[in-house]
Amino acid sequence: MLKDLLTPENANVFVGKLGDILEKAIDKPLGYAINWGRIWSLWPVHIETACCSVEFGAASSPRYDVERFGIIEAFGSLRQCDLIVVQGTITRKMAPRLRLVYDQMPEPKYVIAMGACAITGGLYFDSYNVLPGIDGVLPVDVYVPGCPPRPETLIQGCMLLQEKIKRMKARKFV
Amino acid sequence: MSAKLPPGLALQKVDERIMTLNVGPQHPGSGHMRIIVQIDGDFIVACDPDPGYVHRGEEKMAEYRNYILNIPHLERPVIHDSCNVLYPYVLGVEELLGIEVPERAKYIRVIASELNRCIYIMYWLAIYGIFLGHSTMFMWPAGDRELLIDLMEKMSGARVTHAHFVPGGVRNDLPPNFEDVCLRQVNYFEKRIKEYAAVFYDNPILIARTEKTGILSRQDAIRLGTTGSVLRASGVDYDLRKKEPYDVYDELDFQTPVLKEGDSYARSKIPWLDMMESCRIIRNALAKMPKSGSVRVKLKPNPKGGDDSVYKRVESGRGSLGCYIVSDKKPEPYRLKLSVGSFRNLIALPYLLKGEKLGNMPSVYWSLNYWPVEADR
Amino acid sequence: MSEEKKESIESESQEKPTPKPTPTKKPTLEKVNLPEFEKGLADKIVEKFGEKTKVAFVKPDRVRINVSKENVHDVAEFIRDELNFDHAESVSGVDYPQDKEIEVVYHIGSYTDSSLARQILVLATRAPREENPIPGNDATRLPSLRDIFYSVEFHEREVFEMLGVYFEGHPDNRRLLLPEDWADLPPLRKDFAIKGR
Repeated sequence: MLKDLLTPENANVFVGKLGDILEKAIDKPLGYAINWGRIWSLWPVHIETACCSVEFGAASSPRYDVERFGIIEAFGSLRQCDLIVVQGTITRKMAPRLRLVYDQMPEPKYVIAMGACAITGGLYFDSYNVLPGIDGVLPVDVYVPGCPPRPETLIQGCMLLQEKIKRMKARKFV
Repeated sequence: MSAKLPPGLALQKVDERIMTLNVGPQHPGSGHMRIIVQIDGDFIVACDPDPGYVHRGEEKMAEYRNYILNIPHLERPVIHDSCNVLYPYVLGVEELLGIEVPERAKYIRVIASELNRCIYIMYWLAIYGIFLGHSTMFMWPAGDRELLIDLMEKMSGARVTHAHFVPGGVRNDLPPNFEDVCLRQVNYFEKRIKEYAAVFYDNPILIARTEKTGILSRQDAIRLGTTGSVLRASGVDYDLRKKEPYDVYDELDFQTPVLKEGDSYARSKIPWLDMMESCRIIRNALAKMPKSGSVRVKLKPNPKGGDDSVYKRVESGRGSLGCYIVSDKKPEPYRLKLSVGSFRNLIALPYLLKGEKLGNMPSVYWSLNYWPVEADR
Repeated sequence: MSEEKKESIESESQEKPTPKPTPTKKPTLEKVNLPEFEKGLADKIVEKFGEKTKVAFVKPDRVRINVSKENVHDVAEFIRDELNFDHAESVSGVDYPQDKEIEVVYHIGSYTDSSLARQILVLATRAPREENPIPGNDATRLPSLRDIFYSVEFHEREVFEMLGVYFEGHPDNRRLLLPEDWADLPPLRKDFAIKGR
């Protein structure tokens, strides 16, 4: 039966689906392993949207050094990232670009809304060019409040995201 | 027809040689803006900066808030230089309302603004290191600036957004024992930044990459109306702290560094030399500051300006920063305009990049001392 | 007026050994205590253009001159060539709906002349305001000063999108800060209300 399915034309598709088949076969243990792998490889996209990027940069500085937790290594190509940290205000000009970036990222992907502006519009709630929060653009996983959030708060937000991933169903994305 | 369309929407004919490249807004070497470059092989033929990704309408918002409520959002354009970006607004409101500031408050303002200048420049330097692929130069300044952030936190209570300056003085007096801690930290800080010469400014790779790239001549610097470190790297000695001293800068002893080369290397060196002078100013101001006294004049609850307009400017980390306030006898300003150094320096970018190699783009771009959030307001 | 003053100073100095000029002729001027240098700047422009310009105020380090839009180009050229101002620091537009006018204010400074380092010359001009603006295609037009002060290029682009003032002679009247699909009123006009206000 397997031989009939596997033709030179669809070999790639079959190999791609192999993980799906395996995961269906052994659900729980493999799902745990997959989630464990995802927790320690959170690579954020290098996109700055507003002034919270200063504190995002400070979080990588020697004093806070988030990389010791294995998270937020702020380099890497867009297509290899699985985390997008929205660093502050999203303006109407930036919103389509943000969605474009999000759409290009491979699954699974997570979103952290950093700062009051990304959550509700914050100080700029009545500005004509600012979105009142990014919920209309992206599905947000973790909200990190503050204006701007201290680096410790951002680290805590990332740890919350790790907790969340641990409890997620791995199969959803495979 | 296509010329009237905004950048990005206009379809461009693909030439055989010339290629159009979008750098940003998602790019490690662009920040929060887009630079549209046209390249011929490896050389940039034309460049069209496209800012506005962080345009938050601060000027419109200011027309709906009274003079005190405007303070928090007007410092958001440059949160790591928040004292300096608020300074011209506060000076302008003081002139509108006719307030005389106590002497001790003036010294505290000068100290806070110089500390902020160092914090800003250190962040700028850290990102410059990243742009050039020099990771050590990210780690060192990013770590050392935390010392000064601690000082500002002690003074005002917040890490970066202080809202410490108010019309009539500063919000709080210095905490006890601040002078000694400040002196100690600043002395250590100055010792540290002198070590940067060995790892960064005397580094032959850095010199090879930045020297004689993006040369801005003296005449062009004046003609384009650039400001701050870009102007002083091109041989024009113009610093508002010397030329139009505000608060107590005329009583302090310092110099303004000027270099003649006008290339990226000179532009990257001027802020570093500026920091040494800032340390000198802080020490000087700490010595001359009155040891006690009031730091704030109480204002009336909803102060109103006359039928007048003021234009005040200060020297921020990125150059001259002007604030134009039009008042019409209401508690809110009728019109508020920030004329920021980043926006004024941006005009030099197309000139500097023309004929430059594409690989030099990040270093030339960031050497303009450009902070996109401020330029867009 | 200035010639009269000079005469009075000379006549007084002949009589007294200490040349301490006290302009007794105009007590109103004495009260206001106008700064001398800035007054000289304003007088030079008034001398050249006469009725076409109006000195709005003379404060320490700031001189403001109101010009009609027909003459703003000539006045700016005079300021650059004769008074040594060499760059524009900022261009701000102010909307005055009750006057049916939009004011554009140039803040002009000088890097080359050290005596002018503190000075900012404020040059203000006004364009007619339309009730229903079509930015770029209505009567809200001003001559561009880009050929005189090169540094106004981006500032004028900003004023065009924020207030709808079209600058004739500007090579690049495109949008700068606002989103590409902005189809509303120019946001800094007073009749554009932000949400919730």
